Amino acid sequence: MTPAVKQREKRLLILIPAFNEEGAVGGVVGEVRSAVPGTPILVVDDCSADSTRGEARKAGAQVLALPHHLGLGGCVQAGYRLAYELGYDYVIRVDGDGQHDPRDIPTVLKALEQGDCEMVIGSRFVDDNGEHTNVLRAAGIVFFRAMLRPILGRPVRDPTSGFVGVNRTALELFSATFPLEYPEIEALVVLQRKRFRFVEVPCRFRPRRAGRSTITAVKSLYYMIHVLLGVFVNVLKFEGRRK
Amino acid sequence: MDRLFDVVAVFSLVLIVWVLSSVRRAHIRVEYSVSWLLAGAVLLVLARWRTLDDWMAAALGISDSFMALAMIAGAAFLVVLYRLSLRISGLKDSSITLAQQVAILEFRLEALSEKRPSE
Repeated sequence: MTPAVKQREKRLLILIPAFNEEGAVGGVVGEVRSAVPGTPILVVDDCSADSTRGEARKAGAQVLALPHHLGLGGCVQAGYRLAYELGYDYVIRVDGDGQHDPRDIPTVLKALEQGDCEMVIGSRFVDDNGEHTNVLRAAGIVFFRAMLRPILGRPVRDPTSGFVGVNRTALELFSATFPLEYPEIEALVVLQRKRFRFVEVPCRFRPRRAGRSTITAVKSLYYMIHVLLGVFVNVLKFEGRRK
Repeated sequence: MDRLFDVVAVFSLVLIVWVLSSVRRAHIRVEYSVSWLLAGAVLLVLARWRTLDDWMAAALGISDSFMALAMIAGAAFLVVLYRLSLRISGLKDSSITLAQQVAILEFRLEALSEKRPSE
C-alpha cells in the first residue's frame, strides 16, 4: 500500500555539550555511535582549553565550536539553535562527561516518538539508578523536587538530569529562550509556562569518566540561589498550568 | 563638619577630572561617562551649597545635613550602578547570541566548503 502522502522520516540529533572533556568525550561519542548507529552527533565545544574539539572530531562527531565560553545553558542553546535551523525533529542531549549511558537513548527516543509530551527526562530515580549521585547533589535534588511540585502541579523525580530529549516544538521554544547558566531546573519551569508536557523514563547514570564537575561544593550555594531566583522569575512570567 | 563637606567636594572634583581624563584617553565611552559626570556634579553642588543641604535634611527629617548629603550621594551612585548593570546584562545577552551565531555560521561554512571541491 502506498500512502497518498509519504510521511517524512523523523530526524534525530544527539547533542553533547562539552567543556574541557578531552578525557571523556571521545568515549562518549563512540558509545553513542554504537547505541544509535547512523545518527548524527553534534558536540558543542564551549571553548575548551584542552583538545576536546579534536577528540570529538576524531571519534566521528561534528563539532560546533563556540568562540568564547558561554556556560552550560548557552552551550546547549547553541546546539538547539543549530538543530532547529537544520530541521531536526528530535534532539537528545547526552553530557560529555560520560555520566549518561548512551544505551538509554532509544528509551528516551521511544517516549518522544509516542508524542504525549514535548520533553523527556532520563531519570536516575525512576528505577533507583542514582547510586552515583553525591550527598550534596542528592540533598539538592530532594529540595528542588519539593519546590517544583506545586509549580509544575506534578512530581518530578530528577529535576537536575541533563539527559534530556526534546521534540521540535520544545526545540523551537528553547532555541528562542533557554536558561543560560544552570538550565535543567529552570527549563522545566519555562516548559510549564508554555503549557508543554514532560515525562520521565528510567536511565542509568554512571560516575564521570574524567575531568571535574562544574558544580563544586563551594559553588553549590551560588547554584541554589541562582536557580531559586531563576525559578522565581519564571514563575512571575507564569502563563497557566496545563490541564 | 565643614572639613567633611570639603572632603566630599574634593572627592567629587577628583571623580570629574578622572572621568574626563578617561574619556579623553578613550578608556570610557562618552555615553557611559555622562552618568558619572552627573553624579560627580550633583555631589559637588551639594558639598558646596549648604543651604540646599539644610533644606534637604529638613525635608528628609534628618537633623544632620551631612547625613542628607551622604544619602543623596549614595542614592545617586546606586542609580548609576543599576544603570550599568542593566547595560552589562544587555551586552551579555548580545554577546551570547553573537557567539552562538558566529559558531553556527562557521559550522555551516565548514559544511559548505567540505561539500565543494577545492579550486
